[in-house]
Amino acid sequence: MAATTGRTLAEKVWDAHVVRRGEGAEPDVLYIDLHLVHEVTSPQAFDGLRLAGRPVRRPDLTIATEDHNVPTDWTLDPASRSSGNIELPIADPVSRTQVDTLRKNCEEFGVRLHPMGDAEQGIVHVIGPQLGLTQPGMTVVCGDSHTSTHGAFGAMAFGIGTSEVEHVLATQTLPLRPFKTMAINVAGKLRPGVTAKDIILAVIAKIGTGGGQGYVLEYRGEAIEALSMEARMTICNMSIEAGARAGMIAPDATTFEYLRGRPHAPQGAGWDAALADWRKLRTDDDAEFDAEVELDADELTPFVTWGTNPGQGLPLSASVPDPELIADENERFAAEKALSYMDLTPGTPLREVAVDTVFLGSCTNGRIEDLRAAADVLAGHTVADGVRMLVVPGSMRVRKAAEDEGLDKVFLEAGAEWRQAGCSMCLGMNPDQLKPGERSASTSNRNFEGRQGKGGRTHLVSPLVAAATAVRGTLSSPEDL
Amino acid sequence: MEPFTTHTGVGVPLRRSNVDTDQIIPAVYLKRVTRTGFEDGLFAAWRNDEQFVLNHEEFRRGSVLVAGPDFGIGSSREHAVWALMNYGFGVVISSRFADIFRGNSGKQGLLTAQCEQSDVEQLWKILENDPGTEVTVDLTEKTVHAKDFVARFVIDDYTRWRLLEGLDDIALTLRHADAIGEFERARPTWRPTTTPIASA
Repeated sequence: MAATTGRTLAEKVWDAHVVRRGEGAEPDVLYIDLHLVHEVTSPQAFDGLRLAGRPVRRPDLTIATEDHNVPTDWTLDPASRSSGNIELPIADPVSRTQVDTLRKNCEEFGVRLHPMGDAEQGIVHVIGPQLGLTQPGMTVVCGDSHTSTHGAFGAMAFGIGTSEVEHVLATQTLPLRPFKTMAINVAGKLRPGVTAKDIILAVIAKIGTGGGQGYVLEYRGEAIEALSMEARMTICNMSIEAGARAGMIAPDATTFEYLRGRPHAPQGAGWDAALADWRKLRTDDDAEFDAEVELDADELTPFVTWGTNPGQGLPLSASVPDPELIADENERFAAEKALSYMDLTPGTPLREVAVDTVFLGSCTNGRIEDLRAAADVLAGHTVADGVRMLVVPGSMRVRKAAEDEGLDKVFLEAGAEWRQAGCSMCLGMNPDQLKPGERSASTSNRNFEGRQGKGGRTHLVSPLVAAATAVRGTLSSPEDL
Repeated sequence: MEPFTTHTGVGVPLRRSNVDTDQIIPAVYLKRVTRTGFEDGLFAAWRNDEQFVLNHEEFRRGSVLVAGPDFGIGSSREHAVWALMNYGFGVVISSRFADIFRGNSGKQGLLTAQCEQSDVEQLWKILENDPGTEVTVDLTEKTVHAKDFVARFVIDDYTRWRLLEGLDDIALTLRHADAIGEFERARPTWRPTTTPIASA
């Protein structure tokens, strides 16, 4: 990182968190402002602390929730509604043990937890922003690769492994080498029916699943500035699918308005001080990125994936590609494997691909705006025969907001299922899974083999495409209705 | 962590690019709360296919995995590293690794040796022509040997040093505990904490 010229947003946030500069090959020691914890990647980390006799250094900068393992079809026990007790405990004993282990660890180490049944429970990347805990210029980590979501606020946010979770619990820091910087410039305006999800799927298709490796991405340009906070989160969320640990967007009036008045947002004089700091969080005009990518929002149309990695995507108007036309031997082989797994024939128009399941939810597209957008499309229609649609709010707060607006009724009247908050069908860790051979249109983030259940086939789509697909039964956009 | 200098073992050619962590270990296996016993979940879906490389007798006890580019993409699950190590792998060779996977490997003592793709292709040919061939990976010299073929690999100097010395990351950082305390005292007071808000 050059110090003589201007700095990028990422460099500014990094520099403000260096506890100690590394000498020679040594990494920097970087301070972590917020550590989000969930049940899957933390048990071995807490165990490591216990073995070494180490406490959690800053429980007041740590927060935990239950999301990956939780079932989403439970109901509140009417007799104990006030205590938040829920009927239908977690049926799978191994899942239950993992959740119980988190509860015990949080109690032992003094970490605040939002458990199932709590009004603030939800997917870890949905609850941080909605509580106002995610703020511009912070460093945010979690044992989950979609931590990149929080970069939408101009935070440096990235996923870590369990050893790093233990490291942050013990020291509130991480030893890290600075990332390289890549600008993703998205010019122009999105056309109606084209969303943030289509932008990020197009970015990944353009630079590939490895294109962002070693970089932090900064999304910039007119199309990005026009997006709401929730749409920005969708984009930053999938930075990891382009290989980048982190993605960022400079904070602006949209960011500040989103944060104002949230439970953990600064107040009074603190708000003014914070705002003065946040306004400096922009890439300097004379700063240089290590790489730049250009995209034109005007040219984008609804995008879907056809293969088994998120880079294997095309406009919905296209057809299933022919591997024989791919020059690179490894890529051709990968495409053949993908089409065989997906049971797709080259040349089939994507609009003719029929699905069994539509999943609306996840840390990518499980926020209130996503639910509103899908409900708008679904209103007055019904889910096609033979198709099941799961609507899973990203948090209990999103669920409540949706019910206050009557969105739950729109989904239920259309024939969709209205669920409790959790990661649900984004990954095969809880009861919401595809059966072998089933095909989904999913607003989640990964179409890997078996990701949504063993043998399941996934097409990644936006909430608008998900809703239209549910109505027609084949991959569709709202204009097909 | 045990110091790592060299490793010799049967090389396993995995002719696949974009091997994601959901393939290395599917989510359903992530529910354990220990660091051991994940070997049964390693490549669980692919191992159902009797043609899969680890189902061939010559490769069953392999410990040097030679994979296509973009190995370890996707989820941050360190379980992928545990599964590979629990199974017996000590080294993964690829022309490109996902960042989080590479970081997790370095913490656990699984060596990620980054070779040129042309060298990976050479290794695939050697291992496929003579299944059971042993590969030696020398971290001191940063070389990979298979029969008379020698390739160089790259790894960042700090991870290499930590692996050679077998050092614990947390203990290394805690040498700077004073600097951490000093940083904390200078942090802006308006930064949020997770403690309950009275009015919420």
